[in-house]
Amino acid sequence: MKFGILVNEGPYTHQASDSAYQFTKAALEKGHEIYRVFFYNDGVNNGTRLTVPPQDERNIQVNWSELGEKYKLDLVVCVAAAQRRGILDESEAKRHGKNADNIAPGFRISGLGQLIETGIECDRVVAFGD
Amino acid sequence: MLHTVNKSPFEKSTFESCLNHARPGDAVLLIEDGVYGAVKGTAVSGQVAKFNGDLKLYALGPDLAARGIKDASLMEGVSVVDYGGFVDLVAKHDVSQAWL
Repeated sequence: MKFGILVNEGPYTHQASDSAYQFTKAALEKGHEIYRVFFYNDGVNNGTRLTVPPQDERNIQVNWSELGEKYKLDLVVCVAAAQRRGILDESEAKRHGKNADNIAPGFRISGLGQLIETGIECDRVVAFGD
Repeated sequence: MLHTVNKSPFEKSTFESCLNHARPGDAVLLIEDGVYGAVKGTAVSGQVAKFNGDLKLYALGPDLAARGIKDASLMEGVSVVDYGGFVDLVAKHDVSQAWL
């Protein structure tokens, strides 16, 4: 079955990011397809590569990137939410005159249309948030 | 329809809203702090019990364990599932509604 995942909460806030990750992993392990993981609102904070949590703690951001790499996931960060929160890729940084970008490996920045498309294309959409 | 509730009924009213809007035959999965709603003998358990039978109640095992809630503390009729069971519930029901 084709699943879409919506993540509305940042890492280390409550638990939504962890729940979304565990659900996504379990779905993939059961042989389902994850069409896209869409990070919206504070959820975009899952997509910065500059997080440095303590080494004996789970690294939520790296977990997403590694899962993304293993299963070739489409990890999409909402552009408007990302700009407000300082999540930039190289072209966005250049466009806004910023001297650095911070998008994490495997993530890409795109628009809300990608969430709508997820709803159209998927058999199920599961939302995680606050 | 599958409903998911992720906040404690002692913190937010989403579980109550969910119970009042769900239709007979629907499933309700309690996750994260929502699992406190599955504990018996609390201020809300009487209210929850009224819907038991019409609705199928589930609680996420890893989130119960993380909070030290043993199966023996759960209300009658609550089934415990793991993340794989969560995936199965989503697949089984045509729509998933997250009460955020």
